[in-house]
Amino acid sequence: MRTAFINTLIKQAKTHNNLFLLTADLGFNLFEPFQQAFPDRFINVGVAEQNMMGIAAGLALSGNIVFTYSIATFATMRPFEQIRTDIASHNCHVIIIGGGGGYSYGHDSLTHHAVEDIGIMRMIPGMTVLTPADPVEVTWAITYATMHPGPYYIRLGKRGEPVIHQDAVRFKLGKGTYIVKGSDIAILSCGSIIKNTIDASHILAKKNIHPTIISMHTIKPIDKNLIITLSKKYKLIVTIEEHNLIGGLGSAVAEVLSEIKTSCKLKRIGIPDTLILDIGSQQYLQNITGLSANKIAKTIFHEIKTI
Amino acid sequence: MKKNNDLVKFLEKTAKVIKKNILKLSYKAHVGHIGSALSIADILTVLYFSTLRISPNKPLTKKRDRFILSKGHAASALYPVLSHKGFFTKQVLFSFCKDNAIFGVHPVIDQKKGIELSTGSLGHGLSVAIGIALHLKKTYHNVSNHVPRVFVLISDAEQNEGSIWEAIMFAAHHQLYNLIAIVDDNNYQAFGTANNVLNLQPIEKKWETFGWYTKVVNGHDMQQLSTVFNQLPFSENAPSVIIAKTKTAHGVSFLENRQEAHYLPLDKKLFTKAMKDIQKKHSP
Repeated sequence: MRTAFINTLIKQAKTHNNLFLLTADLGFNLFEPFQQAFPDRFINVGVAEQNMMGIAAGLALSGNIVFTYSIATFATMRPFEQIRTDIASHNCHVIIIGGGGGYSYGHDSLTHHAVEDIGIMRMIPGMTVLTPADPVEVTWAITYATMHPGPYYIRLGKRGEPVIHQDAVRFKLGKGTYIVKGSDIAILSCGSIIKNTIDASHILAKKNIHPTIISMHTIKPIDKNLIITLSKKYKLIVTIEEHNLIGGLGSAVAEVLSEIKTSCKLKRIGIPDTLILDIGSQQYLQNITGLSANKIAKTIFHEIKTI
Repeated sequence: MKKNNDLVKFLEKTAKVIKKNILKLSYKAHVGHIGSALSIADILTVLYFSTLRISPNKPLTKKRDRFILSKGHAASALYPVLSHKGFFTKQVLFSFCKDNAIFGVHPVIDQKKGIELSTGSLGHGLSVAIGIALHLKKTYHNVSNHVPRVFVLISDAEQNEGSIWEAIMFAAHHQLYNLIAIVDDNNYQAFGTANNVLNLQPIEKKWETFGWYTKVVNGHDMQQLSTVFNQLPFSENAPSVIIAKTKTAHGVSFLENRQEAHYLPLDKKLFTKAMKDIQKKHSP
């Protein structure tokens, strides 16, 4: 994802001479090519996220396209008010990149576990929230955000995410993208956890359950029409996210379903709202929070029995 | 010299109009912050009527100087200045704090009306001003002999915010000579005097140590203010900061340098008294 991000950004910076990249001292071994190619449009502001967001707003108010970068926790929580008041309230064309979404930085402990970022950003009026799942979605998301003014939060993983899509043609903002068309239930998933979602579907297939899987790369605006369509077609919709159960994809889908007449059940799979101080690899933390492929499959299998 | 005296007289006369309108706005809307607004009325008058390269006829021109009121709670000083400058009518001015008003206690961005940024939460304006100053410096540094300037007015207590110091470091490091900060050093904040709450003095030494070029002025002395603003930039490779020593509710005898000035709206009797006080000779 990181490679797709920087390559796309460099490509866009070549055609947009008003594209800036600000970082709060992160991106070592990532941003060097950008820095070399566009030295006057790359600013390492230092470890100062609040100042970075204010500067981004000032540059954007002057007609520039501004990308800001930090780890997802620092990118969203420390400078929240600057994002809300300086960037979003002024409808600035600022694209906030949160690297290492979810448990990407598992070993780095709780300060680096980004499990609230989507909820926080989703609450800000005017903010578009994107959670690309693979390098192809990243390329689309970065390109789209560059071309269309407004504030964005884009949550990235870390590195080495497998390619899920073969091409970027089918992406549309606010429209979920089908990964697998199945028949029994619908699974809406997003970002870094899509791989486990697909693996879980292989486990379910052995029990003759064939879910439809959709990548919800756009969390806001949420694809309301798709959710309504699915609720008519299926008895169970499952959301899966590497994020606190409060505020993220599951919440967004629940908000839609709660306001329509439907007998479709919703099961949200995500990180429980409890204090989690555990340390370990992303896989380890996914496993203890019920987000491994096996546990996802188990939860869904159990849920199907209740409908 | 005569020309200069004329300017000072003109500025003092203009400031009186501004201050009376501050009192009227506060009285009619029954809102406070009189102290903070009167504290900066002289500074704003000098800025808008002798320093800033701006025009209400061309409010969006890219080469304009920018002014950002980071201490947004003193917007009842900014609105009368902008109105007097010709950005909007008196009628629009006095819609202040009514339902569906254009102007509230804190300003909301409206560049055609001269308001460059929505402010009201302290510690934001300097960073945004840096972003604008960076853009202007990059755009005009090599192609024009005049790089538009960004002025940002912050309160003394606003320096309690950590983000201000992030911004101070950045601006000096990037040699933003077209950025000018003005600190309204009136020593009063919401719940006490700055000296008692969180001592900031000596403010000028702190900025200087962080790499800014510093000058201290009497923030109610039109002569001093206009002289100092004419000397900008103080340096070709550092941002400038002007520490303006001011008094909260300057010119209103019963509020000047008093904590109540931060909150108290005026009843009819006090309003009349305050208007009379302002009418007296300007005393820096």
